[in-house]
Amino acid sequence: MRLTRSGERSMLRVEERPYTRKLGENMTKIVLLAAAAAMSLGLPAFGGSHGDGPVKAGFVYVGPIGDGGWTYEHHQGLLAVEEHFGDKVETVYQESVPEGADAERAMTQMALQGADIIFTTSFGYMDPTINVAANFPDVKFEHATGYKRADNVSTYSARFYEGRAVQGHIAGKMTKTNKIGYIASYPIPEVIRGINSAYIHAKKANPDVEMSVIWVYTWFDPPKEADAAKALIDNGVDVVLQHTDSTAPQAAAAEAGVISFGQASDMSEYAPLPRVSSIIDNWAPYYIARVQAVMDGTWESVDTWDGIGPGMVEIGEITDAVPADVKAEAEALRDAIGSGEYHAFTGPLNKQDGSPWLAEGETADDGTLVGMNFYVEGITGEIPN
Amino acid sequence: MELGSINPVLLISALLLASTPILLAAMGELVVEKSGVLNLGVEGMMIVGAVAGFIAAVESGSPALGFLAAAAAAAVLALLFGVLTQVLLSNQVATGLGLTLFGLGISSLMGQGYVGVRPPASPRLELPVLSELPILGPVLFNQHALVYLSLALVVGVWWYLRSTRSGLILRAVGESHEAAHALGYSVLGTRLAAIAFGGALAGLGGACLSLVIVPQWTEGMTAGRGWIALAIVVFGSWRAWRVLLGAYLFGGVSVLQLNLQAAGIAIPVELLSMSPYLITILVLVIISSDKRRAQANAPNSLGRTFHASG
Repeated sequence: MRLTRSGERSMLRVEERPYTRKLGENMTKIVLLAAAAAMSLGLPAFGGSHGDGPVKAGFVYVGPIGDGGWTYEHHQGLLAVEEHFGDKVETVYQESVPEGADAERAMTQMALQGADIIFTTSFGYMDPTINVAANFPDVKFEHATGYKRADNVSTYSARFYEGRAVQGHIAGKMTKTNKIGYIASYPIPEVIRGINSAYIHAKKANPDVEMSVIWVYTWFDPPKEADAAKALIDNGVDVVLQHTDSTAPQAAAAEAGVISFGQASDMSEYAPLPRVSSIIDNWAPYYIARVQAVMDGTWESVDTWDGIGPGMVEIGEITDAVPADVKAEAEALRDAIGSGEYHAFTGPLNKQDGSPWLAEGETADDGTLVGMNFYVEGITGEIPN
Repeated sequence: MELGSINPVLLISALLLASTPILLAAMGELVVEKSGVLNLGVEGMMIVGAVAGFIAAVESGSPALGFLAAAAAAAVLALLFGVLTQVLLSNQVATGLGLTLFGLGISSLMGQGYVGVRPPASPRLELPVLSELPILGPVLFNQHALVYLSLALVVGVWWYLRSTRSGLILRAVGESHEAAHALGYSVLGTRLAAIAFGGALAGLGGACLSLVIVPQWTEGMTAGRGWIALAIVVFGSWRAWRVLLGAYLFGGVSVLQLNLQAAGIAIPVELLSMSPYLITILVLVIISSDKRRAQANAPNSLGRTFHASG
C-alpha cells in the first residue's frame, strides 16, 4: 500500500513540474555536449605571411606553441622555415588539435585553404593523416613519429632513445636513493624505447638503480604532470625523467630539490638545477629541406629517422650540478652514439620476461625498435595495452 | 593491501591540494547555477585567473596579491559574460563556450613574457604548535592557505544558500525569475553578483594551479579542469557538500592512482587512469539516485533568459 501511494505521489510531482525533470536531464547533456564541443574546437590560431605564389606549409600541433617542450620546438621549426624562405613561403598552423577524428577536420581545412605540404606533429595523427592524404593526392603530408606511409605521406622522427641513453647514464650516477622515476605519456613504441634506453644506461652506471614508471595518458596536462612528478618524489625518487610536453615536472622537481631533464626542448630556464641536461628536438633543418623539395618538385615519400649524428637530436648543456667525471662520461657516450660506434641497444640484453633479445655485441635492428612493445629485463611493472 | 613506499601523510596532503582548484571553481559555478545562470566559461575564467594571478605575483613578489588579482581578473571576465547574457540577452550556452575560447586566447596573449618565469613561493600555512602534532599536524594544520579557504567557502556557501535571506532570494531567482521579479527582487542584480562571485572563485582555482600546484605559467595549463568542475556541480546535484565530495573524490583518486603507479602496485594502469572519472561519477550518481529529489534541486530557471518586460 505505502509503496504504491508514494509511487503515485512521485509520478504526480513529476507531472506537475515538467520543467524540473526536463532541465535535470538536459543539464547533464548540455554540459557534456558543451564540454565535447569546446574540447574539439580547440583554439584555432592562424598566423603566416603572404607573397606571390608562395609555397604554403601547414603545421598541426597537439599542444599550445607555448608548452615549452614538444610543440614549442616544432613551432621553432616553422619559424626557421619562414626565416629561411622569407616571402617564398606561407605558413599556417593550428594548436591544441586533439588526436583522433578532430585532427582530420584540422588537416582537411588546411588542405582546402591551399596548403602544399602539411606537417602533422603527433603520433596520434597517424590514421587521420593517412585518411586525409587519400582525399588530397596533390598535397604532401609529413607525419611525425608514425610508421604509416603513402605516395603523398612521408614519416619522420628522431631517435630520442639515443638522448635517453645519455640521460639514463647521468640519472644512474646522480641518484642517491637509487630510485629514478619516469613520467610516461602513452604506451607507444616511441615512449617504450625511451624508457628502455634510459633504464639500460642507468643500470649500467649504477647496478642498484630501480625505476618507477607513471603513465599519465596525456601529452600535455601541466597539473597532472606536476602531480605525477610529486607522486614519484613522495615515493622516494630523486631523479625525474619525463616524456610529456610541458615544463610542469621541472617546476615540481625544483620545489622538491631533485634532479630533472629537459624534454623535447632545452628547458634551460630550469638550469642548472633541477634541469641538469636535456634532449632537444631540432626539426628546423628537416622542415626546411622538405619545403625546399616541394618548391623544387623533388618531394617524394620517405622515411626519415635521424638521431644525434645528423643533429636531429641534441643534448642540452650538462650543467655544473653534475660532477665533472660524470659529465665527461656522458659526453663521451653522446659522441660515441653520434659517430655510430656505439648503439644504445647493444647486447647482451634480455626482455623483461628473461627471454634473450640481443646476444653479446648484437645491436637492435630498426624494425624491432619501430614496433617496440616490451620492457627490457629489470624493469618492474607492465606496459599497459 | 601492501602500499609499498606510499607515505599516507604525504598522500593526504597532496590530494587535499590537488582537489582545491576544482573545488573552488565548482563552488563558484554552484552559486551561479543556483541563481539560474548556466556559465559554461569556467575553463576560460580559470585560465585567465591562472595567468593574471601569476603575472601579479611575479610583478609584486606577493602571492597574496596574485590571488587577489586572479579573483578580480576572472570576475571581470565573468561580468563580461554577465552583461552579454543578462543585459543583452545572448544565449548562455553559446556565450559561455565563447568565454572559454576567449579566455584561452587572451591568457596566452597575456602570458607571452611569462613562460619559464618562476613565481614567488607560496608557503604553506604552518600553525604554531598544531602543525607539530604527529600525523594530524602535517595533514590538518600544515596546508596551503587556499585549502582552508576553499573548505571555509564550502561551509559559507552552504550556510548562505540555506540560512540567509539573500541566499533565499538568490535561490528564488534561480527557481522562478518571473516570480522573484514580481515580488520586487532584482533578478539582474542578483545574477550579476552571482556571476562575478563564480568568476572570482574560478580565478582563484586557476591561480592555485599556476602559483601553488605547478607552479609556473604554461599556456592552456588548466587542461580541462573547468569542465570537470562543471560536471561535478551537475553530478553533485547542486548541493555544496556533494560538490565537496565530488571534488575531493576526483582530486583524491587522481593523486592516489599516480601514487599507486609510482609505488609499483600491480593494478592495471588502464583501470587506474580511468578511476578518477569512474569513481566520482559512480559515487555521485549513487548518492543522488533519488531522482525526484535530485531534480527538484536543479534550479528551475537554469539557462533561461529573463527580461523584465516578459
